[in-house]
Amino acid sequence: MAEDLNWAVGGEAGDGIDSTGKIFAQALARAGRHVFTSKDFASRIRGGYTAYKIRTSVEEVQSVVDRLDILVALTQRTIDENLDELHDGSAIIYDGERSWEAEIPDEMTAVDVPLKSLAEDAGGAIMRNIVALGAACEITDFDVEYLDEALEKRFGGKGSQIVENNKEAARLGQEYVAENYDLDHLGYSVETTDNDYVLLNGNEAIGMGAIAAGCRFYAGYPITPATSIMEYLTGRIEDYGGHVVQAEDELSAINMALGGARAGARAMTATSGAGIDLMTETFGLVATSETPLVIADVQRSGPSTGMPTKQEQGDLNMALYGGHGEVPRFVITPTSITECFWKTVEAFNLAEKYQTPVFLVSDLAMSVTEQTFPPEAFDMDDVEIDRGKLVDDDEEVDEWLDAQGHFRAHAVTDDGVSPRAIPGTADGAHMSTGLEHDELGRRTEDQDERVQQVDKRYRKVETAQEQEDWDYREFGDEDADNLIISWGSNEGALVEALEYLEEDGIDVRVISVPYIFPRPDLSEEIEAADDVIVVECNATGQFADLIEHDVLTRVKRINKYTGVRFKADELAEQITEQLSAEVPA
Amino acid sequence: MSSDVRFTDFKSDKQPTWCPGCGDFGTMNGMMKALAETGNDPDNTFVVAGIGCSGKIGTYMHSYALHGVHGRALPVGTGVKMARPDIEVMVAGGDGDGYSIGAGHFVHAVRRNVDMSYVVMDNRIYGLTKGQASPTSRSDFETSTTPEGPKQPPVNPLALALASGASFIAQSFASDALRHQEIIQEAIEHDGFGFVNVFSPCVTFNDVDTYDYFRDNLVDLQDEGHDPNDYEAAKEVILDSDKEYQGVMYQDENSVPYHEKHGVTEDMSEIPDGAPDDAMDLVREFY
Repeated sequence: MAEDLNWAVGGEAGDGIDSTGKIFAQALARAGRHVFTSKDFASRIRGGYTAYKIRTSVEEVQSVVDRLDILVALTQRTIDENLDELHDGSAIIYDGERSWEAEIPDEMTAVDVPLKSLAEDAGGAIMRNIVALGAACEITDFDVEYLDEALEKRFGGKGSQIVENNKEAARLGQEYVAENYDLDHLGYSVETTDNDYVLLNGNEAIGMGAIAAGCRFYAGYPITPATSIMEYLTGRIEDYGGHVVQAEDELSAINMALGGARAGARAMTATSGAGIDLMTETFGLVATSETPLVIADVQRSGPSTGMPTKQEQGDLNMALYGGHGEVPRFVITPTSITECFWKTVEAFNLAEKYQTPVFLVSDLAMSVTEQTFPPEAFDMDDVEIDRGKLVDDDEEVDEWLDAQGHFRAHAVTDDGVSPRAIPGTADGAHMSTGLEHDELGRRTEDQDERVQQVDKRYRKVETAQEQEDWDYREFGDEDADNLIISWGSNEGALVEALEYLEEDGIDVRVISVPYIFPRPDLSEEIEAADDVIVVECNATGQFADLIEHDVLTRVKRINKYTGVRFKADELAEQITEQLSAEVPA
Repeated sequence: MSSDVRFTDFKSDKQPTWCPGCGDFGTMNGMMKALAETGNDPDNTFVVAGIGCSGKIGTYMHSYALHGVHGRALPVGTGVKMARPDIEVMVAGGDGDGYSIGAGHFVHAVRRNVDMSYVVMDNRIYGLTKGQASPTSRSDFETSTTPEGPKQPPVNPLALALASGASFIAQSFASDALRHQEIIQEAIEHDGFGFVNVFSPCVTFNDVDTYDYFRDNLVDLQDEGHDPNDYEAAKEVILDSDKEYQGVMYQDENSVPYHEKHGVTEDMSEIPDGAPDDAMDLVREFY
């Protein structure tokens, strides 16, 4: 297993925890190291415990683990909250001059640094976190110049004086530890490489994927943890001729996006569970009017307001079944941050090719996690755009006119996909409606027409099932008797859990599914396995239910619904436990 | 856009199922004539409607159109216009659609000042659900759900628009064909959100706000020498609950529509065949 270092900064919300962590993560990425971050935050603006954790290695890291080596503690709670993860060799940086008296277990190394006064020496108390980063560099034998680069990126826009002050603050922290402590025995050292990595989270990847895919119109309403998609697009999408609207509510947001899509733009909205509930009203209209629309659901803990800042994968059933009546939709679940990018691109293509709503279901863990990748992981040359049956010249339009010259926007076709004319297309004028309609889009209650339209809409799914790859990702030993099935963000932790299991001599095959509907047929894989375990972050096992329904056999389940994502070591332990457990009756 | 467009080009061959004598016939004719008169044709026009009798309008007109869900027509129209500033967008709805379920959207559409027109067929009753009180029903108007009247004041949609910062507020009467058409035309030509509340009598369920009632009580602001650019005068007329007015109550001469204010001028339907040429810059931002 890769030699990794686990670092965290914690304090109260409002203490600048997030930016402190981000700066250190960027410094590590600049040093050619892989980084995986996680955040623990409360649903309030100031106060409440907040932490930013970094796992870093020269090799790829895709998960958090139950170990913390270096902790920058701005409050006693930071130490208390992390006691389980701290160990004998952990170093805790804190400010002994501050009013709280740090209670640190004897076996750990307490590194008392006057963060505030050193920051004041450098030009302002606000930089105390940067002093702490300098101290952390010294403890981990990490070249502080990498930190300089991150500081330049962070504060460059605020002027050279601010940058210099921050660099000075880091130096003072570093020097203070060097002069007052001898910590070589801890054995921490941070190796660097020449690799250039980019560092981004899942929501940024979705936003970037949207722009790459030609999304030009986004309407949304702020909600944790989806908002950062809107924040990413605002200020960037304009460079490509697009626009973001902050709507008055989610009902408006999805209807605006629907309007943009009907006008011919690639359009999108994103929200989280509670917002999806509101959007569900319009969901059926999107589907029956056959409008291409991408709807991202960045899941958080539910039901109701639940735990807005915590992880869960509880909206699967809603994405699959939400809305009255029966309407086809695609449900895609990216399994990693790079997949957040690529599946977003795919979502736009599927939406236009099949003229359906596409649910892009991500989750909080992925949305706030930052991870390093080689930039080629997002190679824009590989982005393909397929706009489907968009008809825009006279000849094409003529083909779809009825005897009276009306455009058949909902024409019944063999593959279920009708031609699509957007405003401005001569002779393409037509209406669409949420009412059941005929080929022209006009209301009908005729029994034959009703059945034809319902069948036509479902035929799109059949066509897509045949024409697209509804594949899965696979890890571990293909021939292993033990099969683990997962969807969404659990993939990284599972991949790393394999290493722990391997150490214990347990061979496992992991299947990570990025498509829920349509989804790959796993019956052969399940039949070939002795033990099948479905891993997901919800209480009832919504995906496990689907699998059981598909293959008519019982599976074992690992469900986590504490609000915290799976950790690799924890998952390995639970898998081992489940393997010796009985299959449920 | 062709110059020889007739208003009948905006007519579909579907026969309306509105009750004979319904005000919506006149309202729709005025809309079609106004669209043709202002140089639009069905291929560059998008009509959005909500639910209810008014919502059927998209079926009876011929243009690009969407018949949406109850109360959400304005957000749809907003999305269409943002994606396509080159397209003429008209939103149609009823008093329930616009001032009850869609009241929130109304306020925000008004303050966004998106360059589209919004025509509300106000019959002061819920017609398609067979005669319940609407947000504009009089407080003593007896209906199946309010046997003693709603006992609450009606919404004043004009005042709601004014308070929300509207740049164009007008009212018309479906039966006064010429004036109605003129007023809708002004709403279309206005640079921004052109709001017109249309008295569109329901002959089946509303025996109070009838054609006769409006004929007898309607005051035309044009005859009164009202200056729509005078905000104070507009306020007075709009808040005067003793009279029924038609005409343009208020128009902001300096109205700057949303797309100009926000620089939303591109046709968003046109996108490159692959990622934009400089898309790798988006990745490099994360270095």
